[in-house]
Amino acid sequence: METLGFLADGFAIALRPENLMWSLVGVTVGTAVGVLPGIGPALTIALLLPLTYQVDAASAFMLFAGIYYGAMYGGSTTSILLNTPGETATIVTALEGNKMARKGRAGAALSTAAIGSFVAGTIGTIGLTFLAGPVVELALRFGPAEYFSLMVFAFVTVSAVLASSVLRGLTSLTVGIFLGLIGIDLQTGQPRYTFGIIELLDGINVIVVAVGLFAVGETIYLAAFKKTATANIIAVKDSIWMNAADWSRSWKAWIRGALIGFPIGAIPAGGAEIPTFLSYWVEKRFSKHPEEFGHGAIEGVAGPEAANNASTAGVLVPMLALGLPTSATAAIMLSAFQSYGIQPGPTLLTTQPELVWGLIASLYVANFALLVLNLPLIGLWVKILKIPRPQLYGGILVFATIGTYGISQSIVDLCLLYAMGVMGLFMRLYDFPTAPVIIGMILGPLAEQEFRRAMTISQGDPMIFLERPLSLALLVIAALAVLGPVLWRQWMKSKSDLKAGTP
Amino acid sequence: MNNGHAKRDGIFVGAAIIFFAAFLARQTALIPSGAIYAEVGPTIVPWIVTALLAALGIAIIIESTFGFWHVDREHGTFDRASLVWIALGLGLNVALIGIIGFILASATLFVCTARAFGSARPLRDAGIGFAVALIAYTGFDRLLGYQIGDGLIENLI
Repeated sequence: METLGFLADGFAIALRPENLMWSLVGVTVGTAVGVLPGIGPALTIALLLPLTYQVDAASAFMLFAGIYYGAMYGGSTTSILLNTPGETATIVTALEGNKMARKGRAGAALSTAAIGSFVAGTIGTIGLTFLAGPVVELALRFGPAEYFSLMVFAFVTVSAVLASSVLRGLTSLTVGIFLGLIGIDLQTGQPRYTFGIIELLDGINVIVVAVGLFAVGETIYLAAFKKTATANIIAVKDSIWMNAADWSRSWKAWIRGALIGFPIGAIPAGGAEIPTFLSYWVEKRFSKHPEEFGHGAIEGVAGPEAANNASTAGVLVPMLALGLPTSATAAIMLSAFQSYGIQPGPTLLTTQPELVWGLIASLYVANFALLVLNLPLIGLWVKILKIPRPQLYGGILVFATIGTYGISQSIVDLCLLYAMGVMGLFMRLYDFPTAPVIIGMILGPLAEQEFRRAMTISQGDPMIFLERPLSLALLVIAALAVLGPVLWRQWMKSKSDLKAGTP
Repeated sequence: MNNGHAKRDGIFVGAAIIFFAAFLARQTALIPSGAIYAEVGPTIVPWIVTALLAALGIAIIIESTFGFWHVDREHGTFDRASLVWIALGLGLNVALIGIIGFILASATLFVCTARAFGSARPLRDAGIGFAVALIAYTGFDRLLGYQIGDGLIENLI
């Protein structure tokens, strides 16, 4: 039970008063940004990245962990009261939760979402606690070839899962890898894609790209293409305490959701929407009241919310154990590690045990704080929801500006920020996912490093990736993930053609 | 969006990606190889990225010609005036931030953005924008230790 000893040390760090304070600030800020439509945890952590020059690593990660978990709670509040899912992972919650709210059961919906998030978040964090060690053991046997292939696998699943089209997901990812290449090549000192601009020698800051794509892009898109009328926020009229029937219908859904969400988050395949849809489907199958689904079934809120939060914890397994981010937020957190000069990966657990275990312990703390803070503060979150759109987006652009201009005082960065915003606009118009850009940008340079290492070992022979069994297996799965949907579509088409009697 | 539009959009996007890949190819050719083995040099991954983008562009065009291009998001109607207001705000911000400082330039950006989202009270927005920028400045510059630089208001506080 070595793990429990480490975890106890982690709690000793997380419960220090100043760290506790960072954690509380994190969950409060996180919930607020989760509540606000259009901005999420990736953007918020990106804006706060320069904080890493000011405070020690432990405190910064307590803050980030709080924001990461808090945003998930906040997102469900918006989905239930406003019927506008803040992100794809809460689409299902918006579906059933909003129906419950319309029936005057907003309090019960919020309550089952919050308690379910706590239960599943805790189960997920326990999973992370005990899984991180064994995954590291396995990963320490990886050579550069295996690592590179694992990254290719993650690249492909991340872009295939996050996109409505595999091609568009891969394009986003490749553009991200290109952005990551800009600057001086660390191995040879050669400048790449700097276009003669001195500021680009150091590379493009991930903050500029994340804030540009997420905040500026979203704002321009909404202003020019989506002038939705003031959405109608449903008042919370009932008690936030669930009744006995609610409890008995919720608790199994929470557990099932957590068991679905955690593994899907933990395998480097990213994405929180698949577990939520899966959980919704399972709940509908198992429910004694299937007729209520689509009209405000409490299981339809409890299960998917739990799945969402458990997968949030699951995503941290590859992030902490392998240095492999599979969501935009995880990618930004990885770059926070890098700005402390820490390289996440299998050695992280042995070189920085205090930091990692402190971070894991702070996740338990954040989860508990959210349970205690969230429901009593519902009035505050509703107030945040009521901020009028013109002033909200004006404010978002002001913060986007200060977050990027403040790092460098460089007009070049500001222009890049807005250029990324324009790119974000087009990506939204043509339905390209934005998260793979960030993942590609952060993970691309690491993948390149492993690729060149492996090629150096093999003296330039690319067969090394196919000769090592584990590496080959990962590449085959990656290829299947790309080609699978295409072949499936062909097969379904030929089947329907057969049925229709046409050759 | 009907099928004809979708097809046209897909071909347009694919062509834009191929155009970008061609531009990248020119830029990639400019990177000095710098190593004895090109296989492990600084150009190998840029070439892979360039080739991948070109291939994806072609694949998107093929996908579109066969009618597989779908945009699942539903867009509202295009509002030219709003876009102009946003662009004006961003442009003014870039032009002014070095001269009058972050706070005033950002208040201007705030007014333009609020206008783009349909606010009809520019004076009130200016006041709110000024307050938001001031709070952002105090928070980031004074508490978090960012370097926002000088400006008309910044120098007074």
